[in-house]
Amino acid sequence: MRADYILKLLENGERIDRRKLDEFREIKVETGIIKKAEGSARVKIGNTDVIVGIKMNLGAPFPDVPDMGVLKTGAEFVPIASPDFDTGPPGEDATELARIVDRGIRESECIDLEKLCIKEGERVWEVYVDIHIINHDGNLIDASALASVAALKTSKMPELKEDKIVRDKLVKKLPVNHVPVAVTVGEISNNFIIDPIKEEEDVLNSRLSIAVTEEGKICAMQKGGNCALSMEEVEKMIDLAVKKSKEIRKFL
Amino acid sequence: MMTEVREIVIPGEILGKIKEAKASYGTFVEGDEIISKFLGILKKSGDHISVVPLSGVYIPKRGDKVIGLITGIEKVGWVIDINSPWLAFLYLAEAVDEYVDLKRTDITRYYDVGDMIYAQVSDVKLGNVQLSMRDQMARKLKGGLTIKITPSKVPRLIGKSGSMINTIKEKTNTMIRVGQNGVVWVSGEKIHKAVKAIKMIDEKSHIIGLTEEITKLLSE
Amino acid sequence: MGMKTEEKLIVKGKRLDGRKPDEIREIEMKVGGIPNANGSAQVKFGDTVVIAGVYGPRPLFPKHLQRSDRAIIQCRYNMAPFSVEDRARPGPSRRSIEISKVTRLALEPALFLEDYPETVVDVYIEVLQADGSTRVTGINAASLALADAGVPMNDLVVAVSGGKVDNTIIIDLCGKEDNYSLADMPVAYMPRKKEITLFQMDGGLTSEEVKQIIKNILKSGEKVYEKQKEALKKKYAE
Repeated sequence: MRADYILKLLENGERIDRRKLDEFREIKVETGIIKKAEGSARVKIGNTDVIVGIKMNLGAPFPDVPDMGVLKTGAEFVPIASPDFDTGPPGEDATELARIVDRGIRESECIDLEKLCIKEGERVWEVYVDIHIINHDGNLIDASALASVAALKTSKMPELKEDKIVRDKLVKKLPVNHVPVAVTVGEISNNFIIDPIKEEEDVLNSRLSIAVTEEGKICAMQKGGNCALSMEEVEKMIDLAVKKSKEIRKFL
Repeated sequence: MMTEVREIVIPGEILGKIKEAKASYGTFVEGDEIISKFLGILKKSGDHISVVPLSGVYIPKRGDKVIGLITGIEKVGWVIDINSPWLAFLYLAEAVDEYVDLKRTDITRYYDVGDMIYAQVSDVKLGNVQLSMRDQMARKLKGGLTIKITPSKVPRLIGKSGSMINTIKEKTNTMIRVGQNGVVWVSGEKIHKAVKAIKMIDEKSHIIGLTEEITKLLSE
Repeated sequence: MGMKTEEKLIVKGKRLDGRKPDEIREIEMKVGGIPNANGSAQVKFGDTVVIAGVYGPRPLFPKHLQRSDRAIIQCRYNMAPFSVEDRARPGPSRRSIEISKVTRLALEPALFLEDYPETVVDVYIEVLQADGSTRVTGINAASLALADAGVPMNDLVVAVSGGKVDNTIIIDLCGKEDNYSLADMPVAYMPRKKEITLFQMDGGLTSEEVKQIIKNILKSGEKVYEKQKEALKKKYAE
């Protein structure tokens, strides 16, 4: 019944929490909260709460790019965060989210992976971006992407002494060149909404997540939901996302 | 500004002795001591010591009036979600007065999945909860909005002889039905304001002077 | 546990972080924080940070797990990959599975489960930062989360770790002490009647040492209990 009410409001251009269709909930960003991680951030968008931790390890490069560091992004939809989350390995939603966030970081060349090469073809730094959902109230993609980039931007690299990592010594900043931001636009009853809460997500027809850099370059896009979108709708959603990305970027 | 709160006790906290008082709801007896079972508000009335939990799920009791959502249909009745760890069942005979030929009738003409009903708990036996709509007040609730509050706070929301809930209804020009199961249905003009007041009571039931705060909120 | 080190862990009666052998780290506790859960809490013991969330009592599936006379409790202890020095692969390990089990058994005696037949109380513990004694920190947090959720309880559950380093008995092991200890003994108990619900030991101790550690734990546990009480009441103090 609540779903019906939310739908009815949206048909009239209203939202259950009185926000405007293109308005974000209150956003809070805190970095450096996990002292032992090389970088970390906690982002709250309304009641959605996500922590991202950055850990670095030594490893071998991918054979096709022997002079570049390795980036690995993972997400855990742990059951503490929502009655809808189960125990077990990441399902399709967690996997998709991790891959969308990863694309935003990778394609924007957020991290200067070449600077993470220690010995070409043999040894490089591996950067692990681990997304941990603490409370799910919608818009996990935007929150996770924001937390990931906030964490990367404030990450420091441990000292390397004779090919061994000295964990307690963080010596220099992780080389970050670009700052991508993700904005998800939901489509419902011919309205576009920004930052849906979970109950709104449950009634959306479709959504489009877009990652864009500070230069306005779109580096990743993902459509979700099982309804089709027209060309005009897609273009409008892209424009809206790029416009709103400037608001999110203020937090970085 | 310091807000006055009622006395809060924690599980395991010793509240009194059975020589001097009677152990009521929310407490248990160990040896000669009365002990709290919950994180809740301590209530002493006469020589009864009880604890009103500040949170917790709804445990159905016979006679309770509840608001439920129909989630399933069986041959002889409906399955209802009453915001409780147990599902409830409404038998056809408890919902419809007239004779129904089951071979020819699709009972969804009476109630269907997604319908919200205001009903009474007629029987509770070990996780088997039965509802009835025989009571005069029972009905299908159309339109409006439902929200959930902590079941133990329902008395506070209703108020002495309905004083609190009536004030909210009047000042917001709404119809409100409150289920003992913590589900509240609101319909009418200033739904948002009514919901705000209801949520405030849910969050601040332990504060002395809540009535004044609600009055203030409603006159804004 | 049991790794060897040249480094002295106790110098002139003081531990690596300056503590005395029977001193607990700085404790921070907060009740609430996870709106979706019925109850939640965050507990810090020094740099060990753990959150707990409780869902339930709620319906239990598959049906064959249901008990007709009471609720059951399920517990999952999990470490975030970034919580440890060397990143931990996500997912359950044999260690976390064991800890989940002993945690469940540590909490169960404190709960009145008879009022909720056929249901389950799910307890989730997430370690956000590990600096030793994560399982007892998790139990302290879970205890708060259960009370916050309105699950009827006999008593809270208090937990503290004990152990031995450099031949000295200590309380509340931090990460390094945990790694190099001669013995590691986490204990959980219900404070009113001092009934022990978690009791494990790993290493080498004489029975006198064991008894002494239990005494020390019960003593410093009083401080932990006070913090728990404070945190629960503070949520409603405005």
